[in-house]
Amino acid sequence: MANFFDIRARAAAAATNGASSSKVPSKDNGQLQPRPKSLKDVTAQDHTINVLQRTLQSSNLPHMLFYGPPGTGKTSTILALAKELYGPELIKSRVLELNASDERGISIVRQKVKDFARIQLSHPPSAAYRERFPCPPYKIIVLDEADSMTQDAQSALRRTMETYSKITRFCLVCNYVTRIIDPLASRCSKFRFKSLDQVNAKRRLEEIANNEGVNMGDGAVEALMKCSDGDLRKAITFLQSAARLVGVIGDASEHTKQDADDDGGDAMDLDNSGTPLVTARIIEEIAGVVPDETIEKLIQAMQPPAKGMAYQAVAKVVTDMVADGWSATQVVLQLYGRILFNDAIPDKQKNKIVMVFSEIDKRLVDGSDEHLAILDLALRVSGILAGT
Amino acid sequence: MALLVDKHRPRSLQQLSYHHDLSARLRSLAQNGDFPHLLVYGPSGAGKKTRIVATLKELYGPGVEKIKIDSRVFQTTANRKLEFNIVASVYHLEITPSDVGNYDRVVVQDLLKEVAQTQQVDISARQKFKVVVINEADHLSRDAQAALRRTMEKYSPNLRLILLANSTSNIIAPIKSRTLLVRVAAPTEEEICNVLRVVGASERWSEAPGLNRRIAKECGRNLRRALLMFEAVYAQNERVTDKTPIPPPDWEALIAQIADEIIAEHTPQRILQVRAKLYDLLTHCIPPTTILKTLTFKLIPKIDDALKADVIMWSAFYEHRIRLGSVSDPVNEIEGFLTALTRIFPPQKVIFHLEAFVAKFMRILESYLMGIDF
Repeated sequence: MANFFDIRARAAAAATNGASSSKVPSKDNGQLQPRPKSLKDVTAQDHTINVLQRTLQSSNLPHMLFYGPPGTGKTSTILALAKELYGPELIKSRVLELNASDERGISIVRQKVKDFARIQLSHPPSAAYRERFPCPPYKIIVLDEADSMTQDAQSALRRTMETYSKITRFCLVCNYVTRIIDPLASRCSKFRFKSLDQVNAKRRLEEIANNEGVNMGDGAVEALMKCSDGDLRKAITFLQSAARLVGVIGDASEHTKQDADDDGGDAMDLDNSGTPLVTARIIEEIAGVVPDETIEKLIQAMQPPAKGMAYQAVAKVVTDMVADGWSATQVVLQLYGRILFNDAIPDKQKNKIVMVFSEIDKRLVDGSDEHLAILDLALRVSGILAGT
Repeated sequence: MALLVDKHRPRSLQQLSYHHDLSARLRSLAQNGDFPHLLVYGPSGAGKKTRIVATLKELYGPGVEKIKIDSRVFQTTANRKLEFNIVASVYHLEITPSDVGNYDRVVVQDLLKEVAQTQQVDISARQKFKVVVINEADHLSRDAQAALRRTMEKYSPNLRLILLANSTSNIIAPIKSRTLLVRVAAPTEEEICNVLRVVGASERWSEAPGLNRRIAKECGRNLRRALLMFEAVYAQNERVTDKTPIPPPDWEALIAQIADEIIAEHTPQRILQVRAKLYDLLTHCIPPTTILKTLTFKLIPKIDDALKADVIMWSAFYEHRIRLGSVSDPVNEIEGFLTALTRIFPPQKVIFHLEAFVAKFMRILESYLMGIDF
């Protein structure tokens, strides 16, 4: 480190070192597609967006409660709304966002939330700024993942919400509306975010794949949607991981690929057809889906002539499956799908089988040993199939 | 002298002896400069940790091998002080949050935020981000996992997480959807044989292919276990041939003995004898789940086919009970104090479940032999 004090040399060294990472700045934050910037960009929640857009004009906003399955755009919506309301300058002072990574016990609700809620609005924006953004005369507190707040903390919010409702609006975001205590829920207008329908999700995914220059193989988009069932964020992450894997595998074989990839990002040309395909299999592998052959093997093993004979075959398949590291929950899920949609099994047996499945699922959630649980499941189902 | 397991642990991705495509993938991810969060899962002894250490080396160079152990003190909301050990190099941190039981959330929140909010000072470092390796991620409480969610998104310029888990069942969906899942399957018997041969050759031990194959079969596709067994065999015998017996661990021998006793006689007196042995195992810190599982698989070959399904069913049933019985209420302050004790003395309730299984097994077997259903 002879040139430690030579700042220019160090900067140059840093520039050469950091060159590889600075090349891909847009992907650096770990999210292939950034969150939507405005309400218009939020996919497939037309009803909610309509209502919210109207509030943009009327400059009045109720307390809000957003709920729905993960990856449907709840957090994106409120962030986009905040951005449209306040613009980049005011958003820092007018919006407080708290999520499960922040301490949110009762003491925080009493201090931080309350303190923020009762701050009077100051620094009115200039007229020119107000022309571009509505800047309504209230602040917004976003409580993300509100269903992980304790009951006590939630009840501490009740009074705060009422007292300062003139200058502060709350927005609670959660997956399970049942975990929000009634007094809070009744103070908010509720917005249900439905999971994305197939058409919208597909369009969005194709759009993203196009923008990023990812070459999707046959059935890859369908596989994506099957693996993510309506969770768009999950689908995008899978797509991103798959693109990385495919891209980098190609990268290892030829080093000049990196540059070609960067150019390919902004224009999908014919010469881009050389990029490796993202296939359905790669996506399933990333999503941790057990291959059909493995499940098929298990099902085969479960159907021998007499009861009891099944043990050897089943035990072998199950041992292999556990050693291969397939997740038990995933196995249970896929096995369930296969057995339930098998019309050859009479309904009476299906009833019993579903009971077994529900019990095993509960055990897995409680953290039971996976090997024993799957073995038990397979043997019992096989017993039921044999007709005892 | 170091154990074989440590001595011959591969240090770089090139040296890994199986799952070559996975190694290639990890290498190109590391070289790409765009490293995602990873969730590495697979059974124990499959080489998850080895792979991660090798990947880190690929990312940062040999500097990651200089590690030190820090002890940090965290304060919980109830003002209780927690001591927590961190293994750290200049570039990465390694933590096992499940060490502190129910307070893992505090550690995850405080520590990760602190790491995430500091930038890499050394401009000549290869990567701008730090890596935090979280061991036993499947033992993280729900709260701790929820706390990870936003941290992963918000601070991703400065921080990458690598989660290590045995299974993805206990990991909440939001985490799974934010990470790249990497499955590390256990090595096949053949691959284990190869490893044993290479290790044996580099130690200049006489080779016994038959023995290698037997070890590969015995170890349940767990490479760590295979190497330990391999070393034990060579340490205990002067001359090693294909026929040399593999000494089972003490606890396994004891469980085999219990299984024999259960099969031989089904009386309350026998349960009493078995109880003493079970206590013995428990006080030697053998996890109850392991006891139950081993016992089950020792019993299975000794009984009639028609009974096997039933035995497995009850085994799974009691395993679930054990799991439920020993989990404490998260709120309970006293339990927190007891956690330290529990590590030494497993909760006494466990014995009931193990015994219940033994009794149940005897009953099933007896009723089957008598031909009466009662």
